Amino acid sequence: MTEASAEASEDVAGVDAPEVDVTGVETAGWFALVGTHLQKDLRIEWRSREAIQSMLFFALLVVVLFSMAFDPTAAASREIAGGVLCVATLFASVSVLNQAWTREIRHDVLDALRLTPADRSAIFVAKVLANFLFVTVVQVLLGPVFFIFYNLRPLGNGWLLLAVVPLGTWALVANGTFFAALSIRSRNRELLLPLILFPIFLPALLAMVLAVKTVLTGDGSDPHLLWLKMLAGYDIIFMTVSLLLFDTVLQAE
Amino acid sequence: MPAVDTGSSKGFCPADAEVPLARVTDLSRLFGSFAALRQVSFDFEAGKCYALLGENGAGKSTLMRILAGLLPPSHGTVRLFGDQSPAEACGRVGYMSHAPMLYDELTATENLRYFAALYPRGQSLTPEAALRQVGLDPALPRTVGKYSQGMRQRASLARVLLAQPELLLLDEPFSNMDATSAHRMVELLAGMRAPGRTIVLTTHQRELALPIANHLLTLREGRLDSVMDGGRAQA
Repeated sequence: MTEASAEASEDVAGVDAPEVDVTGVETAGWFALVGTHLQKDLRIEWRSREAIQSMLFFALLVVVLFSMAFDPTAAASREIAGGVLCVATLFASVSVLNQAWTREIRHDVLDALRLTPADRSAIFVAKVLANFLFVTVVQVLLGPVFFIFYNLRPLGNGWLLLAVVPLGTWALVANGTFFAALSIRSRNRELLLPLILFPIFLPALLAMVLAVKTVLTGDGSDPHLLWLKMLAGYDIIFMTVSLLLFDTVLQAE
Repeated sequence: MPAVDTGSSKGFCPADAEVPLARVTDLSRLFGSFAALRQVSFDFEAGKCYALLGENGAGKSTLMRILAGLLPPSHGTVRLFGDQSPAEACGRVGYMSHAPMLYDELTATENLRYFAALYPRGQSLTPEAALRQVGLDPALPRTVGKYSQGMRQRASLARVLLAQPELLLLDEPFSNMDATSAHRMVELLAGMRAPGRTIVLTTHQRELALPIANHLLTLREGRLDSVMDGGRAQA
């Protein structure tokens, strides 16, 4: 018997188990679990840089190609820019959302996660947060390029973009992460995700496009911030539904 | 060599009234019209090591996944530790599959720290202790993706050991290993046998299971075909 084997049998028998984690608390809190999952996702992305690089490249291509294809005037730019920004973000995000669970599937890590007694909703929330951060990083990098290429200057309340864009992005990644989990066991998952996601995301997409357009044109067509409120409501409803259904989706075989 | 022929759906439940560590009763699993398991019944006793043998498609991995609670049975029941379902007993069962169930981009220690955080504190081993148990250096800076197959399997075993499970389910622990690594794994598993721990492993390599298994179970086309005493089989 090797030294390692002997050590193992001693530990199991309870004769000598000096290196058991005894930090006191019975189970880690829900927020600590979310932090653990999130830290893991960010660490892996930091090392691989797969998600952000592929997304940034694709989004830049869309923005640059649209600006060259249409050569719009400043006024026309304000009309279409919201749509271009949202569609660029949407298409770029789909590639990342498709890969959201790939690492968990690749070596059956998801099975290992299913076997732990930890709350599964924390896995979902952490994954949404990670995807939200990845998309936000791309939007921050894309923003200046977008404003330069389309010769834009917000005529409305520019600060509203700081609420509209994150709320729209959250709607996209929360739905996308959930439906990516739903389709992970499908053979055609890369095709399936946009087919399910786009129709359901449509109300949020319309709200986001119209809210951005209102800010850029400053036309005062939405004095009560109806689109912004709709986005917030959409986020709350779909996040709640996804959280309630995630465990069922995860356990499905 | 006495191989017991079941011939019936009753299986091999021992006659004594003691509650086994795991009891499967009339277990069947269908995938569409294909029956991966057919009315398997068996009692796994505490502190024993069982080797599940059989050809590809015999139902070994399906049985392991059902025992782990990863797959629901189509018919029949599984009770663990008396009256718990596999889902209720998840913290007490360790499962290792053919795949390493670890992230390629993280080191073994980072992987194990992550999984350790998902188990109740006070019960789990430290990642460093678990890695040392399987003969891996916790300070190794290499990511798991750069490990050899033998090292990956050992790191995977360390992940299973974190929660100090009472029931160890090891699906093909010797797969894709060279002879040296496979014998190293046999030594490790031999060292993990303890009164309070039951080990169930599947393998094609009967000769590797013989030194550690108390009982050899053979599955054929989803049915439990024979049960042999490990000592007698070795003789």
